[in-house]
Amino acid sequence: MTKDEPGARAPEAAPAAKPVTVQMRSPAAVGGGDLTEELLNSDWWTDAMVQAAGIPIVDVPFVSVGGGIGSFVTVDYLRIASVPPDRMRVLSNIEFPWKTYEYLTRVSQIPRGERIRSDSASRPDNIWGFPSYALAEAVRDKSLKPLWQVLVEPIWADYYTPKAGQVFAGLEREAKRIGFREMLVTGQVRMVRRRQSGGYFTILTPPPGTEPTRRVAYRSQFVHVAVGYPGLRFLPELQAFRTQHQDFHHVVSAYEDHEHVYALARTKHLVVMLRGGGIVASRVLQRLMDDRERFGLSTEIVHLFRTYVSGSHGPNAWNRRKGGNGFAYQGFNYPKSVWGGQLKSRMRKLEGDDRATEYKLMGGTSTPYRRRWQAQMREGRTGGWYRAIAGTVEEMRLENGMIASRVMISGGPVEVAADFVIDCTGLEADIAEHRLLADLLEHSGAGRNPLGRLNVERDFELRGAASGPGVIYASGATTLGGYFPGVDTFLGLQIAAQEITDDLARRGFCRHIGPVRSTSQWLRWVFSRQP
Amino acid sequence: MLPTLAGRVQTRVALFAVIGGLVTLLIAPVLPIAAPVADKYRDAFLVLATVTVLGIGWECLYHLLMQWRWEKDWPTLFGLVTLVPEGLLVWLLLEAKAVPGIVGTVTAPAFCIQFLAVWLPVWLVANGPMRVPFIRWRFRGERLM
Ligand SMILES: Cc1cc2nc3c(=O)[nH]c(=O)nc-3n(C[C@H](O)[C@H](O)[C@H](O)COP(=O)(O)OP(=O)(O)OC[C@H]3O[C@@H](n4cnc5c(N)ncnc54)[C@H](O)[C@@H]3O)c2cc1C
Repeated sequence: MTKDEPGARAPEAAPAAKPVTVQMRSPAAVGGGDLTEELLNSDWWTDAMVQAAGIPIVDVPFVSVGGGIGSFVTVDYLRIASVPPDRMRVLSNIEFPWKTYEYLTRVSQIPRGERIRSDSASRPDNIWGFPSYALAEAVRDKSLKPLWQVLVEPIWADYYTPKAGQVFAGLEREAKRIGFREMLVTGQVRMVRRRQSGGYFTILTPPPGTEPTRRVAYRSQFVHVAVGYPGLRFLPELQAFRTQHQDFHHVVSAYEDHEHVYALARTKHLVVMLRGGGIVASRVLQRLMDDRERFGLSTEIVHLFRTYVSGSHGPNAWNRRKGGNGFAYQGFNYPKSVWGGQLKSRMRKLEGDDRATEYKLMGGTSTPYRRRWQAQMREGRTGGWYRAIAGTVEEMRLENGMIASRVMISGGPVEVAADFVIDCTGLEADIAEHRLLADLLEHSGAGRNPLGRLNVERDFELRGAASGPGVIYASGATTLGGYFPGVDTFLGLQIAAQEITDDLARRGFCRHIGPVRSTSQWLRWVFSRQP
Repeated sequence: MLPTLAGRVQTRVALFAVIGGLVTLLIAPVLPIAAPVADKYRDAFLVLATVTVLGIGWECLYHLLMQWRWEKDWPTLFGLVTLVPEGLLVWLLLEAKAVPGIVGTVTAPAFCIQFLAVWLPVWLVANGPMRVPFIRWRFRGERLM
């Protein structure tokens, strides 16, 4: 993965169909329209420096970098808070906001018809979360089932979660309603630098051949950075194996296309080794088990856990998470109240090590307890074709076309041979591996939080990066470790968007969303009218 | 629901006052009690006040119970079935003539009708429509202030 294409292994972005409308574009001056040494080396830029480099300048007050779900929910909020589309630009390498998300969910075995992880009221296409997905599904399908599930969850039923397809359809409708395409400019963002007389320059590299110069500078008072995952990593031993054997076929990541594994399993007996105990491991397991049942296959699964959870765990009766058979069970990636209740309010007050400790206590890999998955795994254990072991891999070799792993378990080393190894751990790369974030750390005053990610305030302002009246905001996975743990989720991105919008209202950029505006805007949403 | 203690109390008082007040205003005259309309109103509002005040105590208990939940959430169904103990307690107090100021006799049907007509809309509103005017409410532990 190149540094410019973090996380998203999405296909190359095509240029936006619609031409960019801009408020003002200064004529390209003397330089060749590319970054100069002077620009690269200066933490603070002047208009003259940019003009001298021949980089055209586009003026717009608010720029959101990324263009995924995080950018989408932020401009959605701002549109609802009265900001017209021509005052905002979304700079992105994808043509529609859910493209990266859809790619990652599809390869990790959540196609449109399957249900995602987040709950009924986590609606990135509706800031109010009402009507919830369950209510909308009930009305559409004329069925009480989704509502019943929400009523009795999580005790007498699994948590209700919407189908991926329903989420995408909603996003498409909302994108149209708020004029998202008008705001979108495709390209790769190279850097955001502070401007001496206030605000920022965001440097975009447009797709080749679409602009006369190699770079375009967006001059704005506000910048929002939501670039998603800085990059995904393999487990170190798997990465070493891939590099050493130049083998990208037998050792795969669940976050990349690995259909060939399922396809081959339909033609011959396979042993598949899974690594990781999170929801993606559960998904991959489900796919292997579904296929086994549907096509009468004989696939064997060895599931290797580094940390094997054998039961409920936690320091005391008030902090005990359920677990068993290797997995820690939790509906969502954090305990639910980080998105609004007690834990959210507690975390907001913690600093430094105290915050890091709290993150450790409630974090960690987990997967939802779903009745269907439990039944499948039980069947696998009884039938002897699903085996979970706890240990660490000491060595991996290629032997007779199979991957032989020496696994250290509590009783000593054992040999496990598998046709394929699927890495479901989803380790995330350091933020400095993302070029734009590295530049922010190096040149724009940004720092790291107790978990090593971007340090943001409670209102998601990037600490240390202010520039006169200008502010950089950041949300999403790159800010994990801040005062609010749920950042890398739809609802978390919306909570960030709300904080950002409230801050921008205080700064006079948009209107405050009070009860009256909120209600009237909700009615506009209901009737698909522009904000 | 993801409440904090302050949020529970504020939401309880606000919803019972506004929705409970409106419902009571509408239905009090038709409650099956043999008394003049003024007395019906007086008793119905006293019942509503009793439910609300005792509710603050109940919320403290629910908050305590919630501490045993890893998620620190309050499932939708809990918010519904708690109407049973809460309703029973108020009814027992009415029977024991322990609710001050009641002038007539609050009959069982009258009490059931009013209690459910208040409780169900409050529960429904808290589980969705409340988020429409108050977009920060669900992220602030259901606090209104
Ligand atoms: C498999 C999977 C399942 C998930 N399921 C759920 C779920 O069920 N519910 C939930 O709430 N959350 C879920 N999440 C978490 C999270 O909500 C999503 O990942 C969401 O897409 C994050 O939004 P984002 O804007 O932060 O990142 P993205 O949606 O990934 O958007 C960021 C975009 O920025 C682009 N970008 C990066 N750098 C640059 C640059 N320099 N220039 C231009 N563009 C750039 C990237 O290409 C990317 O498209 C899931 C995550 C994964 C990986």
